[in-house]
Amino acid sequence: MIKIDAKNVDFYYGDFHALKNISMEIEPNTSTAFIGPSGCGKSTFLRLFNRMNDLIPGTRMEGQILIDGRDIYTKSEKVDRLRKNVGMVFQKPNPFPKTIYENVAYGLRVNGVSDENYIEETVVKTLKQVVLWEEVKDKLKESAFALSGGQQQRLCIARALAISPSILLMDEPTSALDPISTSKIEDLIHELKNEYTIVIVTHNMQQAARVSDKTGYFYLGELIEYDNTRKIFTNPEKESTQNYITGRFG
Amino acid sequence: MKVIEQEIHSLKNSISEMWALVHQQLYNAGEAMLTGDRELAYKVISRERRVNAFELKIDSDCEDIIALYAPVAIDLRFVLAMYKINTNLERLGDFAESIARFAGNLPKGEPIDPQLIKETRVEEMLSELLSMISLTKEAFEKESSEIASRIFLKDNLIDEINHNSSAIIANYIETHKGSALAGLYMAGVIRKMERFGDHCTNIAEELIFYLDAKVLKHMDKTGQ
Repeated sequence: MIKIDAKNVDFYYGDFHALKNISMEIEPNTSTAFIGPSGCGKSTFLRLFNRMNDLIPGTRMEGQILIDGRDIYTKSEKVDRLRKNVGMVFQKPNPFPKTIYENVAYGLRVNGVSDENYIEETVVKTLKQVVLWEEVKDKLKESAFALSGGQQQRLCIARALAISPSILLMDEPTSALDPISTSKIEDLIHELKNEYTIVIVTHNMQQAARVSDKTGYFYLGELIEYDNTRKIFTNPEKESTQNYITGRFG
Repeated sequence: MKVIEQEIHSLKNSISEMWALVHQQLYNAGEAMLTGDRELAYKVISRERRVNAFELKIDSDCEDIIALYAPVAIDLRFVLAMYKINTNLERLGDFAESIARFAGNLPKGEPIDPQLIKETRVEEMLSELLSMISLTKEAFEKESSEIASRIFLKDNLIDEINHNSSAIIANYIETHKGSALAGLYMAGVIRKMERFGDHCTNIAEELIFYLDAKVLKHMDKTGQ
């Protein structure tokens, strides 16, 4: 069963043709990395999976994106329901101006959960899942802003996981973090892919090599190569991919 | 040029110099053996230190590139291949030195009996090995896996000469009184040359791994 199935996707920012006829199949419980130079379309493509680009005026998408076999761009598709299933973590940690506890509980509350016992169980479970529990268990009522950048990012991952998505999108999740925090997030990705399908955009090619099962290389809006990460980083099919990953690009 | 390209270029130059040195060492060792030139033999023995110095430098350069530049794809294959080719070249240097030591131990003014040289085909073997090492160097410099793959057939001739040599040497010893020591030495040299051919084959395999990402180890490469 394919988890995410993009079929002949084109995307436009006004007249600018940002994604050109992209097709890609992503299997469940895998980690997929998108790499490519700035402006190549990798983040745009990632943001199509939870319809984040809908908010940008003048944009247009053609083609189909199916999640669990269901077209997420039909009129009947409810975007809030989609985003509950497809969580997202951004480049800079963006906790809410709330306590650590309430940051994780927030998603449940806005989705109508009022059982405090269930909320507490979920907060504890997800904080443990992102390996943050031991660091914050004694200060759950403190502001999330008191945490370090790396801790804030793991808190944001916990917030995304609390509402039980099946897909987690990560847009350069460690680019603002120090190496130790980066390493913790990468370890976490390894753990999380047992339960979630993870798609990560990264400028750090070694990170793509370390955390992903499959890698897609984008250039000028085209998907140049999509293959097993081991293959991409040892013997890529296309010369353009090789030039990019070996740093000879441009 | 990117920094990693400069490092790779510099590694390429070092290994190319080592290749030329090893070729020269084998050529001189062979000459010393065939002509009984002891001075030339001592020259080879003394130059072996330069081969060892190259090995240490190239080992260290490969280590640095991996640690500092985290090479991938063709760059990674290049560094891995050079690391192994370096070891093979160093062994070739050792074999050349051993042949030179044999030549250095020959009694003064008494080169090996030309009949033994002719019957064992050791001169032909030497010439083939020199051609193999030149060919691997050419494949490396031209980045040609097609040239590298020609090595495998050449190694068959080396194996054939080696295979036939035992009976020839045994017969020579039987028919030439007092020649046992010379015969044994010659058998030792031929064994070393046979190993020399194997190392050239290893080098060709590494070149093909670097250029085509194909692993040919432990496979029949000649179709025979």
